[in-house]
Amino acid sequence: MATAAVQTAERENYLNTEYGIKSWLLTTDHKRIALLYLIAITFFFFIGGFFALLIRLELLTPAGDLVQADTYNKLFTMHGQVMIFFFLIPAVPAVLGNFLIPIMIGAKDLAFPRINLLSWYLLMVGGTLMMYTILTGGVDTGWTFYTPLSTAFLNTHVVAAALAIFVAGFSSILTGLNFIVTIHRMRAPGMTWSRLPLFVWANYATSIIQILGTPVLAISLVLVALDRAFRFGFFDPQRGGDPLLFQHLFWFYSHPAVYIMILPGMGVVSEVVTCFSRKRIFGYKFMALALIAIAVLGFLVWAHHMFVAGISLYAGLAFSLLSYFVAVPSAIKVFNWTATMYKGSISYDTPMLYAFGFVGLFTMGGVTGLFLAALGIDVHVTDTYFVVAHFHYIMVGGMVIAYLAGLHFWWPKISGRMYPEGWGNLAALIIFVGFNLTFFPQFVLGYLGMPRRYWQYKPEFQVLNVLSTAGATILAVGYLMPMIYFLWSMRYGKPAPDNPWAAAGLEWTTPSPPPTFNFDETPVVTWEAYNYDQIKEVPVER
Amino acid sequence: MAGHIVPKRTYVAVWITLMILTAVTAAVSRIDLRHASAAVALIIATTKALLVILFFMGVKYVSQRMTIVMIVAAFFWLGILLVLSMLDYVSQAWR
Amino acid sequence: MSDSPMVVTHDEVNPALRHHFADLEQQREASEFGMWVFLATEIMFFGGLFLAYMVYRYLYYSAWVAGSEAMDFWWGTINTAVLICSSLTMALAVRSAQVGQRKLLVMFLIVTMLLGCVFLGIKAVEYQGHWKEHQFPGLNFHFEGPDPQHVELFFCLYWGMTGFHALHMVIGVVLVSIIAFFGWRGRYGPEYYNPVENTGLYWHFVDIVWIYLYPLLYLISHQHSH
Repeated sequence: MATAAVQTAERENYLNTEYGIKSWLLTTDHKRIALLYLIAITFFFFIGGFFALLIRLELLTPAGDLVQADTYNKLFTMHGQVMIFFFLIPAVPAVLGNFLIPIMIGAKDLAFPRINLLSWYLLMVGGTLMMYTILTGGVDTGWTFYTPLSTAFLNTHVVAAALAIFVAGFSSILTGLNFIVTIHRMRAPGMTWSRLPLFVWANYATSIIQILGTPVLAISLVLVALDRAFRFGFFDPQRGGDPLLFQHLFWFYSHPAVYIMILPGMGVVSEVVTCFSRKRIFGYKFMALALIAIAVLGFLVWAHHMFVAGISLYAGLAFSLLSYFVAVPSAIKVFNWTATMYKGSISYDTPMLYAFGFVGLFTMGGVTGLFLAALGIDVHVTDTYFVVAHFHYIMVGGMVIAYLAGLHFWWPKISGRMYPEGWGNLAALIIFVGFNLTFFPQFVLGYLGMPRRYWQYKPEFQVLNVLSTAGATILAVGYLMPMIYFLWSMRYGKPAPDNPWAAAGLEWTTPSPPPTFNFDETPVVTWEAYNYDQIKEVPVER
Repeated sequence: MAGHIVPKRTYVAVWITLMILTAVTAAVSRIDLRHASAAVALIIATTKALLVILFFMGVKYVSQRMTIVMIVAAFFWLGILLVLSMLDYVSQAWR
Repeated sequence: MSDSPMVVTHDEVNPALRHHFADLEQQREASEFGMWVFLATEIMFFGGLFLAYMVYRYLYYSAWVAGSEAMDFWWGTINTAVLICSSLTMALAVRSAQVGQRKLLVMFLIVTMLLGCVFLGIKAVEYQGHWKEHQFPGLNFHFEGPDPQHVELFFCLYWGMTGFHALHMVIGVVLVSIIAFFGWRGRYGPEYYNPVENTGLYWHFVDIVWIYLYPLLYLISHQHSH
């Protein structure tokens, strides 16, 4: 393999084809844009993580002694806004999706490369506005912007934050638009819908949500801005409006948004589980349909965030029932991943470790969501740490872990280098331990009655809070490790062969890293997805 | 090749129909139809919208089925937003 | 679609063909489909405003009637007619590009632009009138009649919905002028006219929004209130 390593270093690829800042900032190559996104969201992850650390530091003691109450409100608000809109929503689609989708379907680029670049710039503009908001005093409405608190009672930078998210929302919309048109129109000959990798299906389902849901968030934020700037009364009871209308509009997007965040991660897990079980996915059709079902059903459940807000009992019953339905396709996916692993030839490379973590932790997060869908339980634990634990199990235990799985799995393809496997395994373990220590105590805290968004708490909750903060520091160490060794690998990592994992998928037929136009000749696909029974290559020795 | 080329007279016919429907809806609004007023106005508006969509926007002649699916999906999703939200408001009064 | 664009060497390829597409037909289909996906997002964007309208009309119908009575029926009706005419000229403009009639294309686009400006001018007149009558919520609102708080809410919807519509009209006028410029330069013809078609789709969409705004804001039954 020595000659291959030399060839990789010399061969022209998307990284070395042109140098200079202009060739990056004006690129239309989907792979370069993916890297631009990678740098951006990593930066925002640090910012959001910094706020999380401050929150957990404050919560070491029952008294509010690290920061003032108003400051604490800003901390959890900006932690949520930055993590959701500037990290979680773009992460897998804009980094891995951008890089891989054209290659996976046998195309030379996305349908609209310049719009792809525009998407990145929109995220940058939104992110800059967000940083401006943070640096000039922040916003303390909660990431949910509830009215009339946000429109009539606060003096913080509400409009600036709303504008930042509004702009970032259009970044998301354009990415979704690009993916939908690309997947429909740019597939190579023979790449039928039923041969697509589930990663592509997952991003397709995500894109549907992005284009149909995000505009409603956009208009909600605009109306909040109008209420504030012109003293309109859309959501202000004192001016004739209804606060619940804001919540309907906001959650119409923000519930499907959680599926924007998780579906791409599910796509990653399908790719990783099949490769490291050396098996076809169990139930391909159901897996693809489940993704679409989650995307569609996810739009029908939003008022389960409003059970105690004043909606009618009948609306509560309807939305509770619908929320139970949306769990079914997710459960089908968990069963099918498990069935894929059954009697597979499992290897425990880092991506697979993360995939295992995902399946377990996402399941826990998911079933606790069912607890919350039950009206009776929800009345008891709403606005407590039970909810916080529930969504962190899905977002962090699920989504962030899936993102790390994907980064590790495709790192050889993206960078042309192997990451150090031993450190990868260790980091995965540390993250898993740190995560559970951080968030499992929060289920208990919530059940015992500790409210969320409070900066002080009853002394009997301290032990669990200390455990949670300890877990958070361990988690932070775990997150730092990949950042360090990925950077290290770009210079000192072993050069990667075209297909180090002997994986199925068109992306593994291209060089690592790929040339700018992906394929010298448009591939003609004659095989089904995950054809591990036909693949003769063996994974590279690690 | 390009999309279907619509004859000019088709466009003009659609335009005339739209103008007539506008006059009708304006006139009808002056008549007291009680609860039917809103329905009539919306039916006329929807007819006008359909004429614009089918002819001016070329949907009657469009070649890609996915385009139709996208349009139907968008209106269906709008329906989800409107119907499920109104469900809450309308059922507030039920006891 | 098995032709690889990398293999193309002859110089008859239309310069409008972008390298990642196999041929102009694929590019046109992607462009048309993409534009409709974008319009779907616009439907949802305006949809939020329509929900707000619907909710408050359901709750405060008599205030909606009072608000609608304050609208200028004739300006609204004339504006509706103006927009419908502009949709005709826009459709004829696209058709001119399809059959390669450059001069007609530019003429129809300019007329469309002018009609759009007439619409915006009439809206400016209306807005000025509303401002004089103290019908701008928050800043100078004053209503002599029952339930002024909810009549003010009607005007929030009026200014919000027509304001966003007007903003889209302004963008549309700018787009049409850009297309007219490039059309005059000969960029569009039967083989490639995607930007003209997409601008047309945008323009018609904005017209459809107004087709609904007109009866919802101007024509609420004058004869009775519940």
